[in-house]
Amino acid sequence: MTQTTLKSIPQAPSAPPQSAAAQAVWPRMGIRRAVLAGLLCALLAVFLLSLAVGSVTIPLEEIITVLLGGEASRASWSAIVLNFRLPRALTAMLAGSALGVSGLMMQTFFRNPLAGPYVLGIRSGARLGAALVILSVGTVGGTMLAGIGLTGDLSIAFAAMIGAGAVMGLVLAVARRVSSSMTLLVLGVMVGFLTNSFVGLLLFFAIPDQIQAYINWTFGSFNGVTWNQLRIMAPAVIVGLLLATLLTKSLNALLLGEGYARTLGVNVLRVRVGVVLATAVLAGVVTAFAGPIGFIGIAVPHLCRSALGTSDHRVLVPGTMIVGALAALLAAIIAEVPGSNLVLPLNAITALIGAPMVIAVILRRREVAFST
Amino acid sequence: MSVLQTLDLAIGYRAPRQQPTVVADRLNLALDAGELVALIGPNGVGKSTLLRTLAGLQAPLAGQALLNGDDLHRLSARQLAQRLSMVLTGRVEAGLLSAYELVALGRHPYTDWTGRLTAHDEAVVRWAIETVGAVPLAGRSFGQLSDGERQKILIARALAQEPELMLLDEPTAYLDLPRRVEMLGLLRELAHTTGRAILLSIHDLDLALRSADRIWLLAGDGMMHVGAPEDLVLSGAFADVFRSEGVQFDAHTGSFALSTGCGGVVSLSGEGLALVWTRRALERAGFEVVSNGTAALAKVTARDGVWQVTQNSQTRTFTSVYDVVQALRGQAVP
Repeated sequence: MTQTTLKSIPQAPSAPPQSAAAQAVWPRMGIRRAVLAGLLCALLAVFLLSLAVGSVTIPLEEIITVLLGGEASRASWSAIVLNFRLPRALTAMLAGSALGVSGLMMQTFFRNPLAGPYVLGIRSGARLGAALVILSVGTVGGTMLAGIGLTGDLSIAFAAMIGAGAVMGLVLAVARRVSSSMTLLVLGVMVGFLTNSFVGLLLFFAIPDQIQAYINWTFGSFNGVTWNQLRIMAPAVIVGLLLATLLTKSLNALLLGEGYARTLGVNVLRVRVGVVLATAVLAGVVTAFAGPIGFIGIAVPHLCRSALGTSDHRVLVPGTMIVGALAALLAAIIAEVPGSNLVLPLNAITALIGAPMVIAVILRRREVAFST
Repeated sequence: MSVLQTLDLAIGYRAPRQQPTVVADRLNLALDAGELVALIGPNGVGKSTLLRTLAGLQAPLAGQALLNGDDLHRLSARQLAQRLSMVLTGRVEAGLLSAYELVALGRHPYTDWTGRLTAHDEAVVRWAIETVGAVPLAGRSFGQLSDGERQKILIARALAQEPELMLLDEPTAYLDLPRRVEMLGLLRELAHTTGRAILLSIHDLDLALRSADRIWLLAGDGMMHVGAPEDLVLSGAFADVFRSEGVQFDAHTGSFALSTGCGGVVSLSGEGLALVWTRRALERAGFEVVSNGTAALAKVTARDGVWQVTQNSQTRTFTSVYDVVQALRGQAVP
């Protein structure tokens, strides 16, 4: 074989052991453990903070007591932490991670810095499902859903999941056939227009109370998710995050474009299906339970890239999970307006605080705008 | 045995419900280890199709392409990526990757599912960067590199795949002339010292003629002419293929020239470099240059930075080639 005549790479460095100075030339790679650990600590701190603040402020040691299974000095505090703030915090963290990671996948996959978790039309599907339930309460459809025992928030979540699932099925079916991934982007936009027009029709015939209820749903909220719903949401999000973790290596290859990914041995079709599946599960489940929460999915990957200084997904996937959870928790805390009984719409908060941050980051570091 | 061998390979496109479009067929080509082969031909003749087919990105319409004896279209994607690598045409935007991280992507077919680099992987990456002479670039962000530096890094990435065969689609497209010469020199060196086979498509014919060990010349009719550059010059294949493109190939100088009309015969004498370059200038201006023409329109003597033009028994002296050409032009056109 000709192979044997090839001058092969030395198994061990043929040069004498390099001095420390010579080795310093080579940049270090791999996951930035220190930064990720720091972010995790920040997440833990904000998590505890989110349990402490709200309409009433609960001292930190009381919260730790409750979390460790003890009883707070006031019984109402235990109830507030366990029944309200803890599920809210967990929901926020799951949703933030899910949106951050799915946004990252979409930005890399479509090589587009403006892509986010919803570009495949997942939110549009969920929105149509939710709108059908909310806007048809008291009509035939609503009665039918009530008839099979699905009422209130759970039926909205259920309908939103079906809507998201339907769109996912459509995108998956197309993803297996088309040669260019960009077709999926166009498909997602078109699905968005289609469902929007349906929702528009529903809104046109709806009564003001229903419209208000629908608008409230579109604001997004982590408050409505109960422990029972978390039992569905948490495993689904974790499955989606695991799938994203499995795709890490392929996402790195896709940084160079699909052509290079192919020459590196990546099965682009399989990766495409995996990416669509993971994104749809993550974005779909979050939207179903917490409403169409915007902005986090687009902003978090940018913040991570900028903060971690790399496009390497072995760093970015865990990074966006943590930063996404952090961002969602902070948004949830601010939306509650600590010390008051006011609750602001979550979606207003995420963009209000997040957009200036992202603009600042992009202006400070022009590369980020192109760093997909 | 050749690293790459094609057996009656037919390349082209298959569209649903249509006859396949054949770009070229019955290709029986061979590429040996340590050899740099330049694939040239007029635009749109199918160079990229051939490269894509040989890279396994596109199925052949018929025939086989053997990579050290194995049909490369039957190898798994991962196996193929361990034996063949490619540098695609066009600019690469890789986000916030350092040059080192980008080269490390070349280890993709070797790493486990997490993409973690072993000590051996890192050694190969460093070897690849050293081999292309890009060590000072390693720590820099890929996005901040110049086109020439990027190309070096992309070649290092392809090299990090430890391929038996490396394919490059127009690796010199975005580079200025000195960078092109440097890049071809680098690839030549790579082929000869690492014993890898390298096939590249290139538009710069002059450079291809000077640096390739062998030329694959794909003509517009799907005919493939193969040989040392000099063989193709001597056989006239070069001149034939490019004549239809409106380009004249001068077998004496080995260079291409635009076809220009004849502005008359000029007799030229002189010595040294001045003679060579004055001849070029006159030819470009459309004159037929002879050494001892008696029936010439004008007689030009080039010597020591002074040019004498004798015309109609009148002799004028000039100090630059430009002035000579201008003077002859003014006189030559009635």
